[in-house]
Amino acid sequence: MTSIETIHSAESPHVGLFVTCLVDLYRPSVGFATVELLEQAGCRVTVPQAQTCCGQPAFNSGDDHHARQLAIQVLDAFEEFDYVVGPSASCLGTIRCHYPEMFADDAALLPRIEALSAKSHELVSFLVDVLDVETVEAGFDHRVTYHDSCSALRELGIKSQPRKLLASVAGLELDELQGTDICCGFGGTFCVKYPEISGRMAADKINAVEASGADTLLAGDLGCLLNLAGKIRREGKSTRVYHIAEVLANMADGKSIGEGDD
Amino acid sequence: MQPNSRHFQVNAESALREPNLQSALKQLESGFVAGRQRCYDALPEFEALRDRAKEVLDHTLDNLDAYLLEYEARVLESGGLVHWASTPEEAREIVVRICRDAEARSVIRGKSMIGEEIGINDALEANGFEVTETDLGEYILQLAKEPPSHIVAPAIHKTKDEISDLFLEHHRGLGFTQRQTERSALVNEARQVLREKFLAADVGMTGANFLIAETGSNVIVTNEGNGDLSSTLPRVQIVTAAVDKVVPTLEDASLLLRLLGRSATGQEITAYTTFTTGPRRERDADGPGEYHVVLIDNHRSEMLGSELRPMLRCIRCGACMNHCPVYGRIGGHAYGWVYPGPMGSVLTPLMVGLDEAGHLPNACTLNGRCETVCPVKIPLPRLLRSLRSRQHLQRQNSSLARIALSLWSWVALRPRLYQLLTRPAMALLARLGSRSGGFRRMPLASGWTRVRDLPAPQGSTFQARWQQQQRDRK
Repeated sequence: MTSIETIHSAESPHVGLFVTCLVDLYRPSVGFATVELLEQAGCRVTVPQAQTCCGQPAFNSGDDHHARQLAIQVLDAFEEFDYVVGPSASCLGTIRCHYPEMFADDAALLPRIEALSAKSHELVSFLVDVLDVETVEAGFDHRVTYHDSCSALRELGIKSQPRKLLASVAGLELDELQGTDICCGFGGTFCVKYPEISGRMAADKINAVEASGADTLLAGDLGCLLNLAGKIRREGKSTRVYHIAEVLANMADGKSIGEGDD
Repeated sequence: MQPNSRHFQVNAESALREPNLQSALKQLESGFVAGRQRCYDALPEFEALRDRAKEVLDHTLDNLDAYLLEYEARVLESGGLVHWASTPEEAREIVVRICRDAEARSVIRGKSMIGEEIGINDALEANGFEVTETDLGEYILQLAKEPPSHIVAPAIHKTKDEISDLFLEHHRGLGFTQRQTERSALVNEARQVLREKFLAADVGMTGANFLIAETGSNVIVTNEGNGDLSSTLPRVQIVTAAVDKVVPTLEDASLLLRLLGRSATGQEITAYTTFTTGPRRERDADGPGEYHVVLIDNHRSEMLGSELRPMLRCIRCGACMNHCPVYGRIGGHAYGWVYPGPMGSVLTPLMVGLDEAGHLPNACTLNGRCETVCPVKIPLPRLLRSLRSRQHLQRQNSSLARIALSLWSWVALRPRLYQLLTRPAMALLARLGSRSGGFRRMPLASGWTRVRDLPAPQGSTFQARWQQQQRDRK
C-alpha cells in the first residue's frame, strides 16, 4: 500500500499518524485536528493506509494471539517513522506499555517492538513533552471541563499537558471536575458486558460535569467521549462534548459529539 | 460460604438499586480514600516504603519454603504446635479436632478473612461448638447471618437502624430490652454481651496479619482490642493463617505495618497491634495453655508457581476495593464470595474456579486505580487480564463476545477489507443519525444502548476523507 505524504522540509520530524479506529470510524474531524496540530508544530505527517486497530480489544479480552498479530501489523506499518502519534492515550498506551508485555518471550521481535513503543506518543503529551509546544493558536469561548482518561493518567502520566495547552486557548475557562481520577465506566467491552454498572459510573461522571459549571466537556480519548456523550444525550442534558484536539486546533466549530440538527 | 459469583450480574444490578448500600458506599471516597490520601501526603517516604515492601515480599515468596520451615521451628521451640492444611476441608478438620481434644464448648473468634475462606464457623457449629465473632462488624453479621462485604470493614453495608433492630432482637433475652439508637450505646451493649463470651470461652481463634519467621510470632491488628482478648483469655489459642502470611523478620513486619493502617483506613497505626508467641510461659500473667497454628495453602502454591505470584504479596488492606469504581457502585456481596473488589476478582477464580467466578476478571474497566494505591504494588489489572487469557484459552468466555471480537480482529487484520466495509457502514450510520445526532436503540449494540445513546458518527471515515484530500491536492 502506498503512503501519501504532506510536503514539509526534510529535517522536520517525520510522524506516522496512528489515527485509531474509533476516530477513523466515528469522528474523522479529530484526525484532521491532529494533523493540523502536528503540522503547526513543525512535523511532517504521514498516514499509513495499512492501519486499523491497535489490538487492545483483543488484548483486554485475553485473545493474545490476535492482539500480537495486530501489534505486528502496527509495527510493520509504523516502524519506519521518527515517531508514532495518535489522538488517544488508550491506544497509544497499548502500544507504549503493553506491546512489550505481549512480546516479552519473543526474543526476535522484542527489540523492534520496544523501539516502536519508545517512539509512540499520545498527541497532547507529544506536543508538550517532546516538541516543547507551550501554546496553541486557538479560541474557544466556553467554560469547559476536562476528563482525564485512565490510560492517560495512569499508564502514560498525562495530567498537566492538556491543561497547559488549554490554558493558552483564548476565551476558554477550565472548571476542574470532582473525582477526576475516577473511571467514566467505558472500559472497552466492560460497558456492553455490564451496562448497568457502566451506566451508573457514567451517570456519576456527568453529574460531576454538571456540578463543575462547565458547558463543554473535553477529553483525549474517544472511548470515554462516546460513553459520556451518549449518557448526556440519554439523560437529556445539554453539555457539549468535543475531543481536546478539536479545540486545540481551533476546529471545534462543527457539531459536537452526539449533537443533532435540531 | 457457598460461592455465588456465577450470578454476579444479577447481584450487581440489585445492589445498584439498594438505597442503604448506595449511601454506605458513597462514604468510601470521603472516608477511606481521603484518609489514605492524607496519610500519603503526610509521609514523604510512602513511595519508597512501597518499593521496599514489594522487595521484601518478593524475596519472601522466592524463599517461601525456607521461611515457613523457620517459622515452624520457632513456634515449636516456643511450645506451640504447627498443623499444615492443603485444603479448607483439612483446615476445618484440624480446628474441629483441636477443639474436641480440648473438650471445648465455646469458641470466640477475632476477625479473620481466612476463617471466612475456610468456612470455619459453620464447621464448628455443625460439630456442636458455640461460636461467637468478637469483632463488632463480624458480630453484627453473625447475628444477621450475612457474609462480610468488605475485608476490613465487614459490615460496611449495614445501617445503624438495621443494627439497632438486630441487637434488640438478639439481646432481648439477655436483659437488653431497650432499643438503642446511639452509636456509643450500641457499642456498649455489644461490649457487655461479648465480655461474658470472652470470659466463658474455651478456645480463642484469630487470624494473622503476619507470621514472623525469626521469632515464630503472630501479629494481628485491630481497632477494638478483641484480638488481644481472643488470644489471651481462653485456655486454647488457634491461629489460622495462609502460607503467604509469613515474613522473615520483625523489622519486615514493622515495615509492612507502616503501610497497612495507612492504606486500609487512613490510620498511621491501628489502635491495637498484638504480637503473640507460643503458649503461656511459667512467669506469664496470662495466655493460653495450648497454642496451635494452622497453616493453610488453598491453591496458594499453584499461584506461587504461576504468573499470578504477585497476588501473594497482598496484605489485605482493602485499598484496592476502596478505590475501585466498580466495587464503589455495587459493594462486596455482588462478588459472591469471601474476597470482593480487585483483589477478590483475582483470588476468587483461583480458589472457587474460573467456571464459577468467570464474571469477576471481566467486571473491571482496567482503569488501574487499584494498582496505583496498592501498598505492595500488585499489578492487579495485569493479573485480571491474564485470567481473561486463561478464560479465552479454555473457551470459558461468552461465545457471543468471543465471536464478535474474533470477527473484529479478523477484519482489522485486513486493512483493505476493513476500509471497504467500514466506509459504507459509517456513511449509512451517519445518514440515519445525522438529524437527531444519535440512536436510542441499535441492533447488536443493546448492551450499549440499554443505558446510553449511541452518538451518530460524522460520516465516511478519516482514511477515506484523507485519501480524497490528498488526491485533490495533486
